[in-house]
Amino acid sequence: MTASLQTVNIPGVRPRGPRSSSPPVRRGVGRPLGYAAAVIVIIAMLAPVAFIVIGGFRSNSEITTDPVGWPSVWNIGNYIDVLTGGIFWREVLNSTIAGVATTAGVVVLGLMASYVLARYRFRGRGALYAVFAAGLMFPMTVAITPLYILVKNLGLMNSLGGVILPQIAFALPTTIIILVPFLRAIPDEIQEAAFIDGCSRLGFFWRMVVPLAMPGVITVGILAFIASWNSYLLPLFILNNEATFTLPLGVQAFSSQYSVDTAKVLAFTSLSMIPALLFFAFFERRIVGGLTGAVKG
Amino acid sequence: MLDTQVSSSAEADTPADLADSEARRATGPLSPPRSPVRTRGGVWGARAEIALLVGPALLVFLAFVIFPIVMAAYYGFFSWAGYGVPTDFVGFRNYLTILQDPTFHDAVRHNAIIVVLSLVLQGPIAILLALLLNQKLRGQSIIRVLIFVPYVISEVVVGTGWSLMLQTNGAVNGLLEKLGLGSFTQDWLSNPDIAIWTLMTIITWKYIGFAVILFLAGLQGIPEELSEAAAIDGASYWQIQRSITLPLLGPTLRIWAFLSIIGALQLFDLVYIIWGQYVSSTAGTSTMATYLVTNGRNAGNYGFGNAVAVVLFLISLVVALIYQRYVLRRDTDGALTGKAGR
Repeated sequence: MTASLQTVNIPGVRPRGPRSSSPPVRRGVGRPLGYAAAVIVIIAMLAPVAFIVIGGFRSNSEITTDPVGWPSVWNIGNYIDVLTGGIFWREVLNSTIAGVATTAGVVVLGLMASYVLARYRFRGRGALYAVFAAGLMFPMTVAITPLYILVKNLGLMNSLGGVILPQIAFALPTTIIILVPFLRAIPDEIQEAAFIDGCSRLGFFWRMVVPLAMPGVITVGILAFIASWNSYLLPLFILNNEATFTLPLGVQAFSSQYSVDTAKVLAFTSLSMIPALLFFAFFERRIVGGLTGAVKG
Repeated sequence: MLDTQVSSSAEADTPADLADSEARRATGPLSPPRSPVRTRGGVWGARAEIALLVGPALLVFLAFVIFPIVMAAYYGFFSWAGYGVPTDFVGFRNYLTILQDPTFHDAVRHNAIIVVLSLVLQGPIAILLALLLNQKLRGQSIIRVLIFVPYVISEVVVGTGWSLMLQTNGAVNGLLEKLGLGSFTQDWLSNPDIAIWTLMTIITWKYIGFAVILFLAGLQGIPEELSEAAAIDGASYWQIQRSITLPLLGPTLRIWAFLSIIGALQLFDLVYIIWGQYVSSTAGTSTMATYLVTNGRNAGNYGFGNAVAVVLFLISLVVALIYQRYVLRRDTDGALTGKAGR
């Protein structure tokens, strides 16, 4: 109520642009409902996750007799088994390598191409941009079989390189479309000043564009990393050797191998969630900002 | 998969439009630098720089995106097991087989159901949640993070977890019995009357956070002065939401719907992980993409798989173009667009 009075009566006190985070609250209708909705949603969102995590602390007989419930004894044996088993860490390592290499490749190639598309004037620039942007219309599902054959012919089957290169290629359209407006917004005056000071265009790229583009780069980097970390279809086709499995393939293989040992599968599954969740919690602002920025153009 | 497409909407949705907006932009205030004041190397230097900077990205993109897509169209005309060079040219026979296969018809029907239900279920729930959460709440940022958690977890983890919970002796039925609702227990995964609803529940759970976050961002782009003015004129909270907020949220809603439709048409991971390659068709949850992988790669019939990919692509493309033509067009013409934070 107070908030609504404030917003109505003294609108000029706090400068509030359209991006202001203080939302309209009217007549107090929303707020209790807002909390209720938040509680319901959080329970709905977290209950399945909690089931997986808590299930990992239970024993199989407990899970069979009573699928929902607290562990009678918090049994960390399943988690210890997974953490000391070697398979989990190997897959974490593979996923990390694939994710880091994909991210690095996307950022480097995407930034260079976006710089040209944003700040060079040449014939065919629009067409070039359209070619990259058209990539958005081609999901990996459509190209997966020829991609598999291409990777096989390149001798990259069962190697992370065979996953990394296509992932870079398929992440380029998003990256370029997010970065080009970003680079275009760098004021011309900065560029002119740099040129007057004797900076070449490439020098300008290294000294000015790369640092100025950092926020955009971080956003596209995070998107590429999470997409790579969770990617399933491509590794399913390319990686047939267990030694090269990434986490998603590993979770699936583990759950079919130990299908009778539900508790262990749950422990493995919850451990495999942790890296992505940590990463997300750490960069939440950037991800949400990047997504909304992308939509708002 | 969704996040790749987020940005498709950012600029435009078809190559033609992109070229369009590109042309417009070149004359706009943000057009590239006029004449570089002093550069080394001149025209040829600039061309070399362009080649150096764009070359690697273009090479990777052409090799791993465009080339495979073109090859898919080519392979689709062959009966081919994936070894050596395809020689057994069969013309349109693969396509005829696909179009006459009742299993494929089922898959298309399931995709259509998933598209419609995704919009109908997620849209209203997400709008309501976004409206309710778009106020000063304590712990707002933690709420946003938690809503987004299922979206960040990989499809494989989601699929594995849910399929364990949904087994006949799993947690969902266990919970129902504990609540005294034992008569509602179901075979959630294999009963063909229910499986598609089970799938929709999981999809809603996984992807609703994305919709809510998008809508929240859209809501914050709506100038507060409008609802303030309406409040002064005596409009109630819900009147304001219905007559001011929702119309102004239109562009965001339409973009979300586009992403949701395309994502639903290409749904693969969740179905394949939870229902596997055989059960999905009898449970009534198979999609075009699972049909592609099952009858293409898993059956060793790569030519056929590629033909399915082409059909899937054409269907997505047609839907995207129709949507672009009749729905998104409003955003490029609409007078409200500029104000709605696009």
